[in-house]
Amino acid sequence: MITVKAFAQVREVVGHDEWQVEGAQQQTVADVLSNLCEQDVRWRAAMDDQLLVAVNHTMRDSEFIVHDGDEVAFFPPVTGG
Amino acid sequence: MFARVSDTNFNQQCLYDELMDGCPDSPGAIVTFTGLVRDFNQTGKIDGLSLEHYPQMTAQAMKLLAEEAVSRFSLINAGMVHRVGYLSNYSQIVWVGCAASHRSAAFDAACYIMDTLKTAVPLWKKEFQNRQGHWVKAKASDASASLAWMKNKD
Repeated sequence: MITVKAFAQVREVVGHDEWQVEGAQQQTVADVLSNLCEQDVRWRAAMDDQLLVAVNHTMRDSEFIVHDGDEVAFFPPVTGG
Repeated sequence: MFARVSDTNFNQQCLYDELMDGCPDSPGAIVTFTGLVRDFNQTGKIDGLSLEHYPQMTAQAMKLLAEEAVSRFSLINAGMVHRVGYLSNYSQIVWVGCAASHRSAAFDAACYIMDTLKTAVPLWKKEFQNRQGHWVKAKASDASASLAWMKNKD
C-alpha cells in the first residue's frame, strides 16, 4: 500500500488528510494522482492550483517512481517564513 | 547547528547563546533575523494567522537547509526555529542565526536561508480576516529570490 497525505488547501479541497492506495509496478507520482482523481472528483478540483509533491519527505516531480510502502504527500507551494 | 519547529514562542537571546555555544571556532560576525506577524495584508488589516506544516518533513528540510548554508558560505554555525500553530499579530514567527568569520558570509547566508525556506520548507500560512481564514498564496517574488540563489551557486 502507498500512504497518500494532503496538506493545507489541498487537504481542505479533498476533504481528508490521509489515504491508503494500492501500489503498482512502475507507478509514477502522476499515476497515483490520476488514480486518486478517478476515485474522487475532489482531487480534480485540487489540481486546479499548482501542486507540489514529496515522496518519503523529499520533494520530487510527477515522473518519480513510487513503491509499495512509500508515503506520497501533495500540497500547495509553501508560504512559510 | 540546530533547526527546529516549535509550537511555543522563542527567546532570541537563548537562541543567540545556543548559536554561540555551538561554534567550534570563534566567529567574527553573527547575523540574526527575526520574522514577525504583520497586522495587514494586500487587502487590509488581519487578525492573526495560523501555520500548518508537514511534521515528518519540516524539521528535516530545515536541517538540510542549514547544512547547505554552512557548506556554501563556510559558516562556523547556523541555527533556525520556525513556529507553527495560531499566531497573533506582532508575534515572532521565525528566527535565523548565522555565525561566520566575516560579516558578508553571515549576511549572505541569512538571506539564503530565508529566501530558500520560503520555497523549500513545507509550511503554509492561513490569515484570518473578519473571522474568515484565507490561505496565503505563494509569491512569484519568493520563487524568483530562491531561484536567484540557485543560479548564483558557483
